[in-house]
Amino acid sequence: MTEVSHHNSDYDPVFGDYVALLKPRVMSLVVFTAFVGLMAAPVALHPVEAFSAILFIAIGAGASGSLNMWWDADIDAVMRRTKSRPIPSGRTTPDAALGLGVALSGLSVLMLGLAANWHAAGWLAFTIFFYAVVYTMWLKRATPQNIVIGGAAGAFPPLIGWVAATGSVSIEAVLMFALIFMWTPPHFWALALFMRSDYDDAKVPMLTVTHGRPKTRLHILVYAILQSALAVGLAFTSVGGVIYLVVALVCNVIVLKDALRIWRRDELVAEADDFKVERAFFKFSLLYLFVHFLAILAEALLAPYGLGGWS
Amino acid sequence: MSIRVESDLHRRRRSQNIGVAVCLVSFIGLVMVLSLVKITNTGPVEGYDHAPRPALADEVSQ
Repeated sequence: MTEVSHHNSDYDPVFGDYVALLKPRVMSLVVFTAFVGLMAAPVALHPVEAFSAILFIAIGAGASGSLNMWWDADIDAVMRRTKSRPIPSGRTTPDAALGLGVALSGLSVLMLGLAANWHAAGWLAFTIFFYAVVYTMWLKRATPQNIVIGGAAGAFPPLIGWVAATGSVSIEAVLMFALIFMWTPPHFWALALFMRSDYDDAKVPMLTVTHGRPKTRLHILVYAILQSALAVGLAFTSVGGVIYLVVALVCNVIVLKDALRIWRRDELVAEADDFKVERAFFKFSLLYLFVHFLAILAEALLAPYGLGGWS
Repeated sequence: MSIRVESDLHRRRRSQNIGVAVCLVSFIGLVMVLSLVKITNTGPVEGYDHAPRPALADEVSQ
């Protein structure tokens, strides 16, 4: 970490500044995927236990976000996308982010252990450690595969939700993890193709810079193929069913078609139409993940009425 | 006559205080409800106490 002292001593933070340290937008995705993981599990938790489990998984994710903002304050100040975050904009101090991150990490792990089980709490502790230490402090600035590693941290919530309900890891939980894990890199590499300068300015090694843009295009295609195989494979487990299979087939045909177009294009063609295909791929990938997990949720909710699942 | 000037600093401090208060009260409430759910859903805890209690064990098996 490089020392940053942007804090404006005349400014006293409002409560919302501390909330912003927890990356609420990331938290909403965590809440959704963890909820789906928990609902799709074959064991039903009491509603209060389920609510608590989701809440503390989300707080754990927020805590790791705060630790990330504490460590990355120097690069956040350089990038357009992150300039207005609480630390670089002077609304809070790095120490406040560190304190909040450490305190909420401990609280969330302890409370998830008490509300659900210690196996799930262990996974949450590992996820926070993985995101804050392995990704943020160690590998983000060291390797162009940073997105792959960061993606793993974001992929854990449905697995933790599943473990909170069942107490153990199963193939379904691993596949839900693997789907988000494989989805993340092509999503961000597509973004890096049309948002050129941000990561360069911050000297974060992105694949587009270290290995070139044609290689990045190839990587997007390879990951899209792996992601599609996993997404369709998930349909044939206990969390899948006809609804999920149809959704997966439609979405993955679109993704593969776009990934193939991205791979075939060169920079001249892409610049000529202002990265139209890359932008479309990025936008659709946001919807892609949401729709897949929504389909898993639909299968789980319809199962009691004989409409979801394979039976 | 008392001087009552509301500065921006007061407004910000109040926002912090109310936010923290709401979080703490919600947390206490959640822990209380969670404890009640855990206690009422655990079943006859006494049956698994340190001292063997055949009467209770029979009750559980029935």
